[in-house]
Amino acid sequence: MNMHMIRAFNGIILREFLRFFQQRARFLSALVRPLIWLLVFSAGWRTTNGLAPWPPYQTYIPYEVYMIPGLCAMIQLFNGMQSSLSMIYDREMGSMRVLLTTPLPRWFILTSRLAGGVAVSIVQVYAFLGIAFLFTYFEFLDLDISLFGHIAVLPALILSGFMLGALGMALSSTIKQLENFAGVMNFVIFPMFFISSALFPLWRIRDLSYLFYQFCQYNPFTYAVETIRFALHGQFYGFGVLIVALTAIVSLGLAIYAYDPARGIQAKPGAKAGPKPA
Amino acid sequence: MNMDPNITTDAAPSKSKVTSAAEPDQNDTHNKFDTADTVPAISVESVSYNYGQRKALDDVSFKVWPGRFTALLGANGAGKSTLLSLITRLFDTGVGQIVIDGKSFKQYGAAALAPLGVVFQQTTLDMDLTVRQNLKYFARLRGMTASKSKQRIEETLTSLDMFERVDEKVRDLNGGHRRRVEIARAMLHEPKLLLLDEPTVGLDIQTRRIIVEHIHKLASNSGVAVLWTTHLMDEIRQDDELIVLDKGRIIEEGPVNEVLARAGSPSIEDAFEALIIGEKERL
Repeated sequence: MNMHMIRAFNGIILREFLRFFQQRARFLSALVRPLIWLLVFSAGWRTTNGLAPWPPYQTYIPYEVYMIPGLCAMIQLFNGMQSSLSMIYDREMGSMRVLLTTPLPRWFILTSRLAGGVAVSIVQVYAFLGIAFLFTYFEFLDLDISLFGHIAVLPALILSGFMLGALGMALSSTIKQLENFAGVMNFVIFPMFFISSALFPLWRIRDLSYLFYQFCQYNPFTYAVETIRFALHGQFYGFGVLIVALTAIVSLGLAIYAYDPARGIQAKPGAKAGPKPA
Repeated sequence: MNMDPNITTDAAPSKSKVTSAAEPDQNDTHNKFDTADTVPAISVESVSYNYGQRKALDDVSFKVWPGRFTALLGANGAGKSTLLSLITRLFDTGVGQIVIDGKSFKQYGAAALAPLGVVFQQTTLDMDLTVRQNLKYFARLRGMTASKSKQRIEETLTSLDMFERVDEKVRDLNGGHRRRVEIARAMLHEPKLLLLDEPTVGLDIQTRRIIVEHIHKLASNSGVAVLWTTHLMDEIRQDDELIVLDKGRIIEEGPVNEVLARAGSPSIEDAFEALIIGEKERL
């Protein structure tokens, strides 16, 4: 990586942060959404859903402890899709052209843009974990996450953030208009979140419906949640890391392919309608 | 040379032969940036492009030279935007090749875009950021150091009377001021070729005049090659180079005065109309 690349990388990351903090409503909703889930949902279910020991947990745990990793992944899922929405917006508004006409390889530009989104999502997750810590401190909730867990979760968040961001980026390359993004919400975000281990452990889902359990097992979001869950409790979940890393690589590869003017769906010379410039 | 008396001669370059936009005339005294070994700022060579069955560009070739203002004139749908998307590598050049400052995309990939400054037709500034933040972002993308970018931001904005607005959000600027910021941004890294895609569309007459004047001065004073696409003929001057694009083909090119002479027309509007009608009859 030469100095030009380092400066461009810094520039892209900085811009993502500037945009994020300028859009205060986005920051607020990124925090409020998981907090509502944590306070309302877990409070309602904690009496009926105490969970039996199951890795990585050594003992019975209250439901809110179970929910935390799923909510961390949810923040990243929404951020990944928000990032892809912002890419579509940039493409429609034209500012994507400034990025794509930079004299740097397209894979580097897109990976840098993805890294910017991941960095923003990690700040959101830590802000959420900070508030969750305060709830524990003032004994509203009983979340037992160690300082080591807070540190160990960072690489897991980077990995899952890359996977979810890359998925969003690959999706954004197939969406031609901003209006179509509502479809992503209905057909990607919600199924990914609900058909996973974010809200209920897999063993309990298996008891309820084997088919549903199978769906959860084929959902890469499940592995992102579990990787975060193990990391928050200071443990390493190798299979989860493998699935998440592979999904991230394949999604990023597809996104780079799609944005390459020489090959991708952004500019297919044979297309009936003319390709829309990125 | 059969010059029409309606054309003022003080602006006309003293060309002794028909040269077209393709070759710098060594007898041409109006361009101080021409030397024997001058490399064209951009060379578009036999480029064709299709949208499915429809031909958008058909064997297009031309060169743009340092210090020259080259106007790419064409009606809507002539192929100007496709050509610009190919030059900026937003589309892939399938047939033919594009060489910027001696470097082709095929050989150098994205690095060939380094000498290029672009002002797109659509505003591409980030509305939520300030002018300074937008320009700093661009400077980083171009690999400029912090001190160099600070110096260039001040220089380019000052040249466009925009430095006092540097800390305002782009959203608070009017269309003309946004356009000036985009021109400043395109000039930030001191490009050898400045590409402007119908940059005055939607602007009032006074702002258009200021921008056209500024870019002409930029070409003649700093030696930057300018490729300016337009369908507004009053933006073109007698000493500019002209390329006329119609239905994806170049139907005329060369210094404006020579194009007018060949068309036997007193003005660019008349020459353009005659060329388009002639082309229709030919087809």
